[in-house]
Amino acid sequence: MTAPEDKPFEEWDRPRQGWMLSGDCRGHRQRTLLLEMTTRALFPTVLVFSLYLLLVGHYGPGGGFAAGLVAGLAFVLRYIAGGSDAAVRLRPPVLIGLGLTVALLTALAPTVVGAPVLATTKLALDVPLIGHVETQTSVFLDVGVYLLIVGVVLDLLRSLGAGIERDMREAGETPS
Amino acid sequence: MSYLLPLPVLLPMLGAAISIVGSRSATLQRVIGVVVLAAVAALAGVLLVATDRQGPIVTELGGWPAPVGIALVADRLSALLLLVSTLVTLAVLVYAIDQRITDLGRATASTTFHPMYLMLCAGVSLAYLTGDLFTLFVAFELMLTASYVLITRRTGANRIRAGMTYVTVSLLSSLLFLTAVAMVYAATGTVNLADLAGRVGELPPGLQTVLGMMLLVVFGIKAAIVPMHFWLPDSYPNAPGPVAALFAGLLTKVSFYALLRTQTLLFPREEPWTLMLVLSVATMLVGVLGALAQNDLNRLLSFLLVSHIGFLLYGLAVFDAAGVSGAALYAAHHITVLATLFLVSGLITRRSGTVALDRMGGLLRTSPGLAILFAIPALTLAGVPPTAGFVAKLALLQAGAGSGPAEQAVAGVVVLASLLTLYALVRVWVRVFWGEPQAPVPDVDPADEVLVGTARTSVPMYAATAGLIVVSLAIAAFAGPLAGMTERAGVDLLDREPYRVAVLGEAP
Amino acid sequence: MTINLVMAATVGVLYGTGFTLLLSRSLMRVLIGVVVLGHGTNLLLQLAGGPPGRAPILGAVAPEEFTDALPQALALTAIVITFALTTFLLALGYRSFVLVGHDEVQDDVEDRRISRQKTPSAGLDDGDGDGDGEATP
Repeated sequence: MTAPEDKPFEEWDRPRQGWMLSGDCRGHRQRTLLLEMTTRALFPTVLVFSLYLLLVGHYGPGGGFAAGLVAGLAFVLRYIAGGSDAAVRLRPPVLIGLGLTVALLTALAPTVVGAPVLATTKLALDVPLIGHVETQTSVFLDVGVYLLIVGVVLDLLRSLGAGIERDMREAGETPS
Repeated sequence: MSYLLPLPVLLPMLGAAISIVGSRSATLQRVIGVVVLAAVAALAGVLLVATDRQGPIVTELGGWPAPVGIALVADRLSALLLLVSTLVTLAVLVYAIDQRITDLGRATASTTFHPMYLMLCAGVSLAYLTGDLFTLFVAFELMLTASYVLITRRTGANRIRAGMTYVTVSLLSSLLFLTAVAMVYAATGTVNLADLAGRVGELPPGLQTVLGMMLLVVFGIKAAIVPMHFWLPDSYPNAPGPVAALFAGLLTKVSFYALLRTQTLLFPREEPWTLMLVLSVATMLVGVLGALAQNDLNRLLSFLLVSHIGFLLYGLAVFDAAGVSGAALYAAHHITVLATLFLVSGLITRRSGTVALDRMGGLLRTSPGLAILFAIPALTLAGVPPTAGFVAKLALLQAGAGSGPAEQAVAGVVVLASLLTLYALVRVWVRVFWGEPQAPVPDVDPADEVLVGTARTSVPMYAATAGLIVVSLAIAAFAGPLAGMTERAGVDLLDREPYRVAVLGEAP
Repeated sequence: MTINLVMAATVGVLYGTGFTLLLSRSLMRVLIGVVVLGHGTNLLLQLAGGPPGRAPILGAVAPEEFTDALPQALALTAIVITFALTTFLLALGYRSFVLVGHDEVQDDVEDRRISRQKTPSAGLDDGDGDGDGEATP
């Protein structure tokens, strides 16, 4: 038992670390340096790729669900490399709720202008530096789905990954 | 009017989302739950009046026309059941909130209960309103997934077994449902119910039978039709009081609605349905005889629930406008009365600390209010005049009387099952309310959420139960207009044309 | 519509395996059964769309070469639902393991009562700590 693992668990669903990997994730003997370093490079790259998938989703292969899963996999990788405490500061259920709210508000929004629920329209805007961007309003729905899926994956890591490791620690077994 | 149609589905979902985000604030969750369900109930009332005046209301999601897009359809049947179901969910939610306040304190929020409850309501609304077989599957999944969480959350070792049985059986029926959808699509190339109504009739009779039987088995498992009922009396009694009331009130009836909708729309028949008649007799008798053998109040009620599904099936088996209309009226009555009885059972358990009938007694003296709350829904379920149960049963019996000799014989079984129901409930009354008062049994599992064996009472819990009784009495009081409306619903269901024209927008 | 025999056989094997696994006691096997059965169903949904064609993306392929996109959308939805339920079952199995030490689905109360009536001397323990599902002591 190393010192960080003996810290009392304050609240069962509150992560204690921020975005970046820190040194004291696991027992020293179990650290895999190669995986940790690779993850450091891969994690932001995969997140950016997931954002790309999210935005091209309407016209090409991709979309909120696929992008969310890719982003979720990035977190899974970091969990495997970094151990139980590597998660985001936001509680996963809140992320799920936010995603669902965004998606549902997007679904309801067209009724304000008298269109049927879930109707979409073309969205063209001029973004500085990037130029003219054309997309669909359904991208907001995809953003909601994206957040939802990321939240679900994080929740899984929390309850089935970190939760089981914690239970094992409490039972006095070493997590493998 | 049609822009109101998606709201009964989307509002509870939005409520669920907000109550996940605001899961730190118990008050926010409670207010959102009650406000959303009250709004949906109001919407359902508006839809009911509108559909009765102008026929089915249709909206196409995203503006994609049916049969390509997903259509939401409300007709008299779905609007009526939606209204009754939402009133039940509202009352049960008030009961559950108050129970949590009394037992756990005012500030205790939950990340799962309120969101899942609202998700279940969204699933129920979607199941009533969808005009599409695959969306029906999604609605069932939404509803059932929420129910899995509600039945297994915070359970101890003794309850998780029941949850496992429930989840496994439901999953099996869901996968069968998906298989049926795939087969329907392979045979016809559409999943839109209105479009299917025309296309299924063109298939060879053998294939029609296969598809019809698949859907019958799927909804039969979900609606607990004997011999596919075994999971229900095993799982519902183990759910916490309000959750059991919610399940008993809604889940089986939504499945029956789906069965009624698909069989009348896709597989019309000219004469009574013999197989359904047999299933109906089996369900009525097995259910009520099972109830007589029970010593556990909740299990007894679960068996009675199964038994009364048989009454609904009888209406469907007769397969004429009167029969279908009787089944619709009976479903509305059944939703309210079973939820009420399970809520009352929760109150009784709370008082006596046990569900075992032989360890209770004398509650008439210690809490006479509870006796009244039990007596009215019990008489309603047994069908004693002038309650709603009597009105609904009368509608069914009249439908059967105008039919062939086999149907008339089964009408006798309906009467017999009603008498046995009355006997089972009188037995409960004698054991629970008469006799010497017994001391409350101490809580077996103090760690779980449901506190039992306490004399602490709270008015809103009783008020919610009483509210449901009022709904049930209102069904009896407005039996005339209601029966008129369900008759029109029955005619429409068997005619099929109003539904098809409303969705597909073409003259036949 | 012609039927691909290999695919039909595969669906059959998946269904058979799935149902066999569903019948077992351990929730883990039930879970794998659900997954396999889910795959079988999704494959069936795909087959319902007819023979395979090109990706249904406007502009890339001529519309008559499209494969039917609807079953794919349905299958995608079904996969998501199966995924969610799989994780739920996984959590349930784990919870059962934590609470009771195994993940086996027990006999239901009625079964146990009947078997007790048949063999009164055996005094079968109901194994769930005399729960409130049990009325008679």
